[in-house]
Amino acid sequence: MNQRPAMDISGLPTFGHGPRSPTWWGTLGFMALEGTGFALAAGAYLYLATLWPNWRLSAPQPNHWPGTIVTLLLIVSLVPNHMLNRYAKECAIGPVRIGMVVMSLLGVAPLIVRWFEFPALNIYWDTNAYGSMLWVLLGLHTTHLITDVGDTIVLTVLMFTHHGYSGRRFGDVGDNVFYWDFVVLTWIPIYLLIYWIPRLG
Amino acid sequence: MSSADLTSERDLPPEREASAKGDVAPERDGPRDTGMDDASLHRWLTRTWRTPPGIIGALSSVDHKVIARRYLVTAFLFLCLGGLNAVAMRIQLSGPQRGLIGPDLYNQLFTMHGVTMMFLFAVPIVQATGIYLVPLMVGTRNIAFPRLNAFSYWVYVSGGLFAWVSFALSMAPDVGWFAYVPLSGPEYGPGKRADVWAQMITYTEVSSLAVAVATIVTVFKQRAPGMSLDKIPLYVWSLLVTSFVVVFAMPAVMITSTFLILDRLVGTHIFNPAEGGDALLFQHLFWFFGHPEVYIIFLPATGMVSAIIPAFARRPVFGHLGLVLSLIAVGFLSFGLWVHHMFATGLPKLGASFFTASSMMIAIPNGVQIFCWLATLWDGRPVIRTPLLFVFGFFFIFVIGGLTGVMLASVPLDLQVHDTYFVVAHFHYVLIGGAVFPLLGAAYFWFPKITGRMMSERLGRWHFWLALIGFNAAFFPMHIVGLWGMPRRVYTYPAELGWGNINLFISAGAVLFFLSFVLFAFNLVHSALKGAPAGDNPWDAGTLEWATSSPPPSYNFARIPVVTNVEPLWAEREALPVATGLRVDARELIISTVAEAHPDIREKSATPSIWPLLAAISVGGTFLYSIFTPWAIVWGAAPIAVTLIGWFWPKGDPEDEE
Repeated sequence: MNQRPAMDISGLPTFGHGPRSPTWWGTLGFMALEGTGFALAAGAYLYLATLWPNWRLSAPQPNHWPGTIVTLLLIVSLVPNHMLNRYAKECAIGPVRIGMVVMSLLGVAPLIVRWFEFPALNIYWDTNAYGSMLWVLLGLHTTHLITDVGDTIVLTVLMFTHHGYSGRRFGDVGDNVFYWDFVVLTWIPIYLLIYWIPRLG
Repeated sequence: MSSADLTSERDLPPEREASAKGDVAPERDGPRDTGMDDASLHRWLTRTWRTPPGIIGALSSVDHKVIARRYLVTAFLFLCLGGLNAVAMRIQLSGPQRGLIGPDLYNQLFTMHGVTMMFLFAVPIVQATGIYLVPLMVGTRNIAFPRLNAFSYWVYVSGGLFAWVSFALSMAPDVGWFAYVPLSGPEYGPGKRADVWAQMITYTEVSSLAVAVATIVTVFKQRAPGMSLDKIPLYVWSLLVTSFVVVFAMPAVMITSTFLILDRLVGTHIFNPAEGGDALLFQHLFWFFGHPEVYIIFLPATGMVSAIIPAFARRPVFGHLGLVLSLIAVGFLSFGLWVHHMFATGLPKLGASFFTASSMMIAIPNGVQIFCWLATLWDGRPVIRTPLLFVFGFFFIFVIGGLTGVMLASVPLDLQVHDTYFVVAHFHYVLIGGAVFPLLGAAYFWFPKITGRMMSERLGRWHFWLALIGFNAAFFPMHIVGLWGMPRRVYTYPAELGWGNINLFISAGAVLFFLSFVLFAFNLVHSALKGAPAGDNPWDAGTLEWATSSPPPSYNFARIPVVTNVEPLWAEREALPVATGLRVDARELIISTVAEAHPDIREKSATPSIWPLLAAISVGGTFLYSIFTPWAIVWGAAPIAVTLIGWFWPKGDPEDEE
């Protein structure tokens, strides 16, 4: 088919941050589907909890302290996370490198505490359905946490190589920031569900 | 400072201030297509966009057309396998108390038939059609996240192989395609059969989800300049809505199958009522996916119908906006229907009434679609060719399926015919009428684009009539035998019940229907080899996939089209307006804004890579191993991590660095 030039796009930039970038939308898509998974798992918990009048099925209350520490760590991590986002937008390689190291450490810290969270549930997964659901919820979020921390560490290493200093990588850092927000955000309802809902009943 | 400032000297707007702090990411540059003659442009783009030669090259391909062709061929093979399952069952049922197939094999047969048709044929083939067509229709050079797309194919094909190798080893799932607990649970489902179901489902749904995300981002961000929301072709809209339904529905089945394998493998009690779990929870979770699943299959088919009808009615579709809104409405409503699969479980009456109402409500947007199509045909000058014949077949069969659907939405009737052949008839009318007939029409319609050759029209007409008669002969009597009380999933029945003759008739129809597919397969192969050359636009259709050669080159379009109309090729018959200024030595494409499709970024598309295949192998191995031990997840984590790092680590191409 014949063609006629009608538009010159040679002046467009080669990368963009946030909603301008396709990766941001891809990340949002994965958040949507993972969020649906979380919501359904939480829904399954609430379904069983309302089905059985004696919910918690005579299990002891979970010890909330490891979970509370994880929650505080995650909330605190949001501050450097958003500072990192600003540096990434400015393409400031030095501060971005430091920020990525900080975020890697702030990713590993809750994982260490998480190790103590499982025994603090005070029930095993195969004791009864209540125990199963607690382990499932905590397990889901832990998988989430491990994959994102792994991703953050790899990206941190990448930022220290010669590949780091490029617009594309700064975009990747921005998307990593975005995803970490999601990891923190999904934890809050799960935290309430695991530690505080059983205390209501 | 906006990121628009972060460009090279040449591109900087004059008012740019010196960056106050931090660095500015460097940009390298290469030759552009501006003013380049067609021959040089073709040479450059071919070199940049080609799939590398050799076996490793083929396994590394990230070209959406190559991946889609593989998907289409694989899904067609699974259709044949699932069809053979059905033929085997029909031979067994052709007379009372036949001894060809025993109950154990029969259980595996109907389970494999359902699993194959739903998870290995229907969903993959509609997504594959989208993988091929969506990037062409929106005027871009590759799908978004091409490596993820390649990964999804490897996951899909290995998941399918896994199921069928299990079948060959007589360890195929035998618990029905929806694998209800407690039958599939640890107590009543010994052996590994239900585990095969659970892990195969979780694994292959990873593939659907990946394609859905890639499709959404392609439609949102890679549309040709000017293709604002109101100019998106209806087929693309249908894939967009479908992909959203996938994103919100598929996680439900993954959660279901994961809970099931946990119950079976590590002793959780999620579905065990003796320890505070609940068996009905399984059904809720499954059908929260399972009902939207029907629309995941059906919506792309309506998109195909909306593409075929205007091309043959010779006018733009009537009620474009109404059709788009119907697609979106159906997408939403599909999530409000799942309980109508569970009317026989003794749910509260009020809940059942709600789901009856919503089941009837979804007939409204579907009705709107049918009336818009009829109006298009009525007002156009229809040219009756094979694709349109299949659309007529779709109207006829799907409307019958829709009517029995409205009947089944009412609880008292549903209770009477629950788990009988009436339901089998209903959902085959909906699925085959609603999805397979449009799909066959689409095959005849887009085959010339994919192969560069026309399919035989004469064989196509034979195929259509054979399929229409065979289908109705096979499935219409099932309504009757269902009303007589014949339950589904029985491997035989006693002669005294008097179901013998009608079942023989059904089996004859099924054989006829099967033969129509043999004819179709022959037509496909014969036409691919010897069909008449098609040219770019054999149907004189109006959407962008027809603006490029048949089959399209690796880079799809020599220059990205600029869209001015919903049927761009009809609006610009003299010469297609195009955009210039992209690099030709790197895989550049245009990223545009979501609503207006203003060009925004020149982004690089990923280069071929073997890593998605290696990642799929490590993920697949982990899933396979996890049937036997939960530690598979721990041991599998390392190879998965290594292959994913290999996938994402930059290799020094301009596509990686800039």
